[in-house]
Amino acid sequence: MEVESMYREIILDHYRHPHSRGLRGPYDAEVHHVNPLCGDEVTLRVALKDAGGEPAIADVSYDALGCSISQASASVMTQTLIGKTVREAMGISAAFLELMQSRGTAEPDEDLLGDAVAFEGVSKYPARVKCALLGWMAWKDATAQALDVTGQADEEQT
Amino acid sequence: MTATGISAATRPLEVAEIRADFPILGRAVRGGRPLVYLDSGATSHKPRQVLDAERDFYTIHNSAAHRGAHLLGEEATDAYEGARARVAAFINGDRGEIVFAKSATEALNLVAYAMSNAATAGPEAERFRVGPGDEVLVTEMEHHANLVPWQQLCQRTGATLRWFGITPDGRLDLSNAAELIGDRTKIVAITYQSNVTGAIPPVGQIAALAHARGALVVVDGAQSVPHRPVDVAALGADFLAFSAHKMLGPSGIGVLWGRRELLGAMPPFITGGSMIEVVRMEVSTFLPPPERFEAGVPAAAQAVGLAAACDYLDALGMQNVAAHEEALTAHALDALGAIDGVRILGPLSTDDRGGAVSFTIDGVHPHDVGQLLDELGIAVRANHHCAWPLHRALGVQASTRATFYVYNTHGEVDALAEGVRQAQRFFAAA
Repeated sequence: MEVESMYREIILDHYRHPHSRGLRGPYDAEVHHVNPLCGDEVTLRVALKDAGGEPAIADVSYDALGCSISQASASVMTQTLIGKTVREAMGISAAFLELMQSRGTAEPDEDLLGDAVAFEGVSKYPARVKCALLGWMAWKDATAQALDVTGQADEEQT
Repeated sequence: MTATGISAATRPLEVAEIRADFPILGRAVRGGRPLVYLDSGATSHKPRQVLDAERDFYTIHNSAAHRGAHLLGEEATDAYEGARARVAAFINGDRGEIVFAKSATEALNLVAYAMSNAATAGPEAERFRVGPGDEVLVTEMEHHANLVPWQQLCQRTGATLRWFGITPDGRLDLSNAAELIGDRTKIVAITYQSNVTGAIPPVGQIAALAHARGALVVVDGAQSVPHRPVDVAALGADFLAFSAHKMLGPSGIGVLWGRRELLGAMPPFITGGSMIEVVRMEVSTFLPPPERFEAGVPAAAQAVGLAAACDYLDALGMQNVAAHEEALTAHALDALGAIDGVRILGPLSTDDRGGAVSFTIDGVHPHDVGQLLDELGIAVRANHHCAWPLHRALGVQASTRATFYVYNTHGEVDALAEGVRQAQRFFAAA
């Protein structure tokens, strides 16, 4: 089936066995995001750390209700971003956003995106793009808030 | 005879002939598969008779109704006013009681805004005024279109919003009706059929209780008028809202039916051209209804299309339409109910129940069910169907919904059930 280009095995694996699911501490910021189209929701926490004078993602955890795409995407997001500097993580997040908005025409950078390239097929189904982005947008929001809270925002405003 | 008023004296719809009238049913969808359209509760398809009527209007008569000192203007006005009379006849109302709006949503907002506008209108609008101490009564099963406007009315006026709850099988819980409908109740806004559970509340009974306390009754008929006979003379309501696009008609036009004496006393919502009597720089006066509520150039082509949809449905016979959908609904309740892990939201029989069948599948999110069905060419809706509080009350986040109409077949119901099984297999835990 064509739809298998979206429901790649790696996505279904993350859906069935999600990473970093379940809220945990310590954390610097928590956000709650909802997809008003379908009611999917995610509560997400971000903890920052200092990595050689630069803010980095110490931890991301979440609790979410939603479809396989939104659940798997949140799981892949945590796996991809934990441990990265905020600068690196924002770059990956931007690349993922670009991939999702590509309508299936992008040539994703696997070295940069890791497992997140598996969502390439989702971009061909515009109605599902918001599902894939729910966790990522929550992460971005939480990270921006965490930078404010921890006083590291100034360095990262680019 | 069931309580929905559908008598046994119906004749089966000639579905193959009907389908031939709907060009879109001939197209292929994903993978070249035929379209199995089970989303008419969201919007229906349009038969060529409706498309032709709209096209003819634009091709031959197009002009701004109620304006223009020319032949086309006269023809456009006649077409628009003819459509009003046609829609009135469809629901056994009077043409002076038919207000064209953009949609059922706008029609409901019209009443809600007119009620807050009543605060600064003349004494004739007294009965529409609400304020602190007054109550607006809705139900937990409303579509957002018949909930949010009333929440907003309460916010603007200081009135209190109250609501009927639901029973576990998705019907209206009437156990506290006598307590809910009281002397403070100014308006009762209620659906004539849930767009999720298909439940049909006893609107006539509720209207009688409301009227005994002097409250007005607004009925959301968006899921009713397209699907079974609706007679406003017998309904007991004061206002009825519905949309053309859900009843084989064009998008962009809906209807507010209201009792003549109420429309006559009600202040306007949207103001501008066409609805005025005299305009001076300081102040203006307004036309009587229905024109008072129809500011701007009328959507004449859409009205003409809606009239053609009324013709089409009346030719089929609304009793026959209702019987056809009841048979499809019974089939779907059986076929889906027989699948392990499927939970049907709403009544499990067709008693007082229309053709919206929503369900959940253990372990598979509705959005994923919808995607897998789409892959098979089966179009359903998969989310909260603009009835978020109802889903919350039923203890689910979202659901998959199949809705039926005149062009649907029993084979399509079987395809749905088979598609659900395929979705279960696809997402079965590894």
